[in-house]
Amino acid sequence: MQHLIELDHLAKSFGNRAILHDINLTVNRGEIVGLIGPSGSGKTTTIKTMLGMEKATSGTALVLGQQMPNRQILGRVGYMAQSDALYESLSARENLEFFGEMKGVTGKKLKQEIAHVSQVVDLTNYLNQRVGGYSGGMKRRLSLAIALLGHPELLILDEPTVGIDPALRRKIWKELKALRDRGQSVLITTHVMDETELTDRVALLLHGDVIAFASPQELEKQYGVPTIEDVFLTAEKEEEQNENPRHY
Amino acid sequence: MRTLAITKRILKELLRDRRTLALMFLAPILIMWLMNVMFSANSKTDVEIATVNVSQTIRHNLAQVDGVTVTPTKTVRQAEDKLKSDHVDAVIEYQQKANRFNVTYANTDSSKTALTKQALKAAITGQTITTLSTGVQQLQSVIKATNPSFSAPQQSNKAPSISNHYQYGNADTGFFAKIVPILMGFFIFFFVFLISGMALLKERTSGTLDRLLATPVKRSEIVFGYMLSYGILSILQSTVIVMATIWLLKVEVVGNILNIIIISVLLAFVALAFGILMSTLANSEFQMMQFIPLVVVPQVFFSGIIPLDSMASWVQYIGKILPLTYTGDALTQIVMYGKGLTSLGGDILALLIFLVVLLWLNIVGLKRYRKVQ
Repeated sequence: MQHLIELDHLAKSFGNRAILHDINLTVNRGEIVGLIGPSGSGKTTTIKTMLGMEKATSGTALVLGQQMPNRQILGRVGYMAQSDALYESLSARENLEFFGEMKGVTGKKLKQEIAHVSQVVDLTNYLNQRVGGYSGGMKRRLSLAIALLGHPELLILDEPTVGIDPALRRKIWKELKALRDRGQSVLITTHVMDETELTDRVALLLHGDVIAFASPQELEKQYGVPTIEDVFLTAEKEEEQNENPRHY
Repeated sequence: MRTLAITKRILKELLRDRRTLALMFLAPILIMWLMNVMFSANSKTDVEIATVNVSQTIRHNLAQVDGVTVTPTKTVRQAEDKLKSDHVDAVIEYQQKANRFNVTYANTDSSKTALTKQALKAAITGQTITTLSTGVQQLQSVIKATNPSFSAPQQSNKAPSISNHYQYGNADTGFFAKIVPILMGFFIFFFVFLISGMALLKERTSGTLDRLLATPVKRSEIVFGYMLSYGILSILQSTVIVMATIWLLKVEVVGNILNIIIISVLLAFVALAFGILMSTLANSEFQMMQFIPLVVVPQVFFSGIIPLDSMASWVQYIGKILPLTYTGDALTQIVMYGKGLTSLGGDILALLIFLVVLLWLNIVGLKRYRKVQ
């Protein structure tokens, strides 16, 4: 299995409203891939299709070599949504236990995993507190810890750093890089452009199409601009000039 | 395995929500106690009747009727003034020429009107009987005078006495006893419907449902996890409600308490499946509340509080598609007639059909959130 994620000519429409036109995207083992695009460009739909929450209208969506939707594959994928998605009346430990069991991690292994992931996100001392009393940043970290449960080969993170202060954001990125170096892969969506400089490859998503897909440095060179933000703006402008009345 | 983990989690969440728990366990007892007080206080009707030109015998007979007080009045005008100023509830005027009773009712309380009508009828019948028996006595004495050998059969003058026996309850058993079984079902349906619907709605809006469906859990495992936890909760709730009605409200339960609990749990399952299904149509907790007048309240009318036998057939058909109708009937049979589960097969079957259909709709309905199993 070469690619952990392989989207090939993926299209998705709701009724006659096309959200994704032609998505081609791959994630290799041990790399961080960024998916960027403005709101409404189809990032969340792409992720939902990868997780089997939505079914592709046409094209293939292979995750860990299997066509999605596939329930068993989900046990090997860690997912963190835009919202924190935690049970506030339960303690952090109870949240971790519950989602661990849902992923199929049980007994002694679950205990070890909880100890490990809570250390990664620096919540070991707060495990017995109810999540309702957590700060926003702590909730975000716990949410990430849940995604890390069970050593998933692939992490899919939907805007994991939204509403996070800079220090914590840096810490999360450090952790993601550490995961990558241990051979796990990460697909991350964001609309914070400077974060994408930290990825290995970045896909620009616009109006349901991947308009560019390469490493940040290559993209900057290709477009002759200093930052990914400029790349994005340039690409967007070109796209609008070249075609494409169907979007407007 | 995952089903049990979900059950455990839901129960933990519920146990930490003290207010909801209090609502589920204390509110039904409070409301039933209040209804008991209300319905037993209103059971006696008193009427005051003003009479004009009515004979002594009739007046006497009227006053004999329980709850009737008679005020003789001189003129019709006076009597009608009393009626208008709400001092009396009815005016009875006897017109000698036409041999007719003219009755005017205040009619602000139908039970008072009914009592007055009944009392007047009884009084007139009483008078007729008195006249008859005097006539018979006179006749007997005439016969005796002409034919001394004739002997009339001796009959005791005493009226036969009545001894009352009650198959259910006692002389004080009122309307409240009749609605107790229906109320039990209603509380279980109402709270389980609302709380479970809210719970799933919250899972959806907070994103935990998406996160749950991003694990290998089956959709059916989620639904069964909910069922199991709310099943346990409804066992506790129905036990508390039954105990409260027996010990606190002194309502007689003829049948087996275990049977009541079994029916209650079955109803809780239906309510749960219904609540979860409805919650998929709501986008906020307020929208969930909007289902109460649409889904919950109409069921009360069809559940047997008002007898449906005499109503139009379309009304009866509506009753047949509502789960509370069957629980109301089953619980009434158990509480008042002591029936066992075997003789309630029809009701149980109907509830099971509701359950299976609703569960299936829910498991399929979760497909909206994940396209596989």
